[in-house]
Amino acid sequence: MSNTKQLQDLTIQVRRDILRMVHKVNSGHPGGSLGCAEFFVTLYNAIMERNKGFDMNGHNEDLFFLSNGHISPVYYSVLARAGYFPIEELNTFRLIDSRLQGHPTTHEGLPGVRIASGSLGQGMSIAIGAAQAKKLNNDSYLVYSLHGDGELQEGQNWEAIMYASAKKIDNMICTIDLNGKQIDGATDDVLAMGDIKAKFEAFDWLVVEVKAGNSIDAILKGMTEAKAMTGKGQPICVLLETEMGNGVDFMMHTHAWHGKAPNDEQLASALNQNPETLGDY
Amino acid sequence: MKTYTYTEKKDTRSGFGAGLTELGRTNPNVVALCADLIGSLKMDDFKNENPDRFFQVGIAEANMIGIAAGLTIGGKIPFTGTFANFSTGRVYDQIRQSVAYSGKNVKICASHAGLTLGEDGATHQILEDIGLMKMLPHMVVINPCDYNQTKAATMAIAEYDGPVYLRFGRPKVPVFTPENQKFEIGKAIQMIEGTDVTIVATGHLVWEAIEASKALHEEGISAEVINIHTIKPLDDKAILKSVSKTGCIVTCEEHNHLGGLGESVARVLAQNSPTPQEFVATNDTFGESGTPAQLMEKYGLDSKAIVAKSKAAMARK
Repeated sequence: MSNTKQLQDLTIQVRRDILRMVHKVNSGHPGGSLGCAEFFVTLYNAIMERNKGFDMNGHNEDLFFLSNGHISPVYYSVLARAGYFPIEELNTFRLIDSRLQGHPTTHEGLPGVRIASGSLGQGMSIAIGAAQAKKLNNDSYLVYSLHGDGELQEGQNWEAIMYASAKKIDNMICTIDLNGKQIDGATDDVLAMGDIKAKFEAFDWLVVEVKAGNSIDAILKGMTEAKAMTGKGQPICVLLETEMGNGVDFMMHTHAWHGKAPNDEQLASALNQNPETLGDY
Repeated sequence: MKTYTYTEKKDTRSGFGAGLTELGRTNPNVVALCADLIGSLKMDDFKNENPDRFFQVGIAEANMIGIAAGLTIGGKIPFTGTFANFSTGRVYDQIRQSVAYSGKNVKICASHAGLTLGEDGATHQILEDIGLMKMLPHMVVINPCDYNQTKAATMAIAEYDGPVYLRFGRPKVPVFTPENQKFEIGKAIQMIEGTDVTIVATGHLVWEAIEASKALHEEGISAEVINIHTIKPLDDKAILKSVSKTGCIVTCEEHNHLGGLGESVARVLAQNSPTPQEFVATNDTFGESGTPAQLMEKYGLDSKAIVAKSKAAMARK
């Protein structure tokens, strides 16, 4: 699927999935999920080379790891709509006995998920390990990962960032969701991280900036550029500037919807702004 | 009474190193990671023979655990190596989420466990690691007793699919188990048969238990000594069978009495066959600097302490 219109239609449907999932159980994280909808849709449908079905080892295919596991709604919706499991299962999000746990896990055997995440800061190390396994296996496919910007406050990331350049992990593209917000407010107010691009560059990473992180065309361009940089002895970071709550007017420009579900009225308004495209689950 | 002798003393960490070297030669999927302690963990041979399969991570244990979990996705069998303190407490959440909950086939190999690390003192002498690891669902916890058993355990855990915590130590201790004895995860080994008291011991305390049984024998007391190299899953049957004969038990470990082998044994006994039990373990305390022998004596972990606790257990029958 490389037609932008198709990707846009899918994005709108994914937004509806996210909103309906969190509304049903009155819990979950819609803000960051909506902010990354375009990224997930584009990555899974126009960037990654994936095999049919699901094999945990993922030999000879691209892999993806979600480090900021709380944006599970967008992950689950995109996985289901990419064929990893039936879209009807989105109905079970956060319910008892579900494979769609609040945060993603391998524990319930959900196809598409290769590591548990939720406790922050661990995903980059996982991506590095998987990338090194690919090198040992002479597997030329790539490893992708996504991390929150607030998540970079976890120290393990910096261990991983240091390691990745020292060991020339050049078959991995780590994307940082730069939405500038975290639970307690703006990242600049909670714990300002300064110039994140300069920090990655100081650690000898190659950095690609995507200023319009909610534009499918910009994401396609940035990720294609990042892909072309692989295999050159340096790890690659994509700084993706997104708008939390994108596509729902009252959820944008605030951190209020980080971990809060819409009520009935709010859901109706949000869905009205995103008319059904490919069919609700 | 069956007797044990030894001709040499070797450190259990060298047993780990030898097992890992053997695995490097026989199992192409085995990879190893170390956080700046290659010499201490005896990983030099594996590193030199398999440079592509060895990852020096630097002083960054959290990253090491994560990378190990990632390497399993691609079919590798990672063995991580650092001190027991940095293998567990320092990286508990990484192990919990990325290894245990994710069900990854990572072998966490931990040296310098317990008081016998010696002079470095309490910052490095972890006495809580068995408890931390055994509480994680599905984590296997193994604490072998000598060089030969540590080597065999290292090789055996590569054949087991799932997370394992393998605990061993720094000092040279008697080598008294047979070379090339097959290591069966979760299967206790009866070292000495007896009728008056059951002594179950793990790790370095197995030799102390054997020494204690000799002293008890001289006083006319018949002690049964069981080597519990696997704390989880625990060999409930072996313990229950022994106490059905002896009627009392002493558990011995280089670990806090809270959360260790002793509490696991107490649970089995409480549920199946309430039995007087005494604990040879540290008493909710940190360690300190000293020689291993001084520390084992001061904290009541030597054969003398086992003799005293055996008599105490028998008196409660």
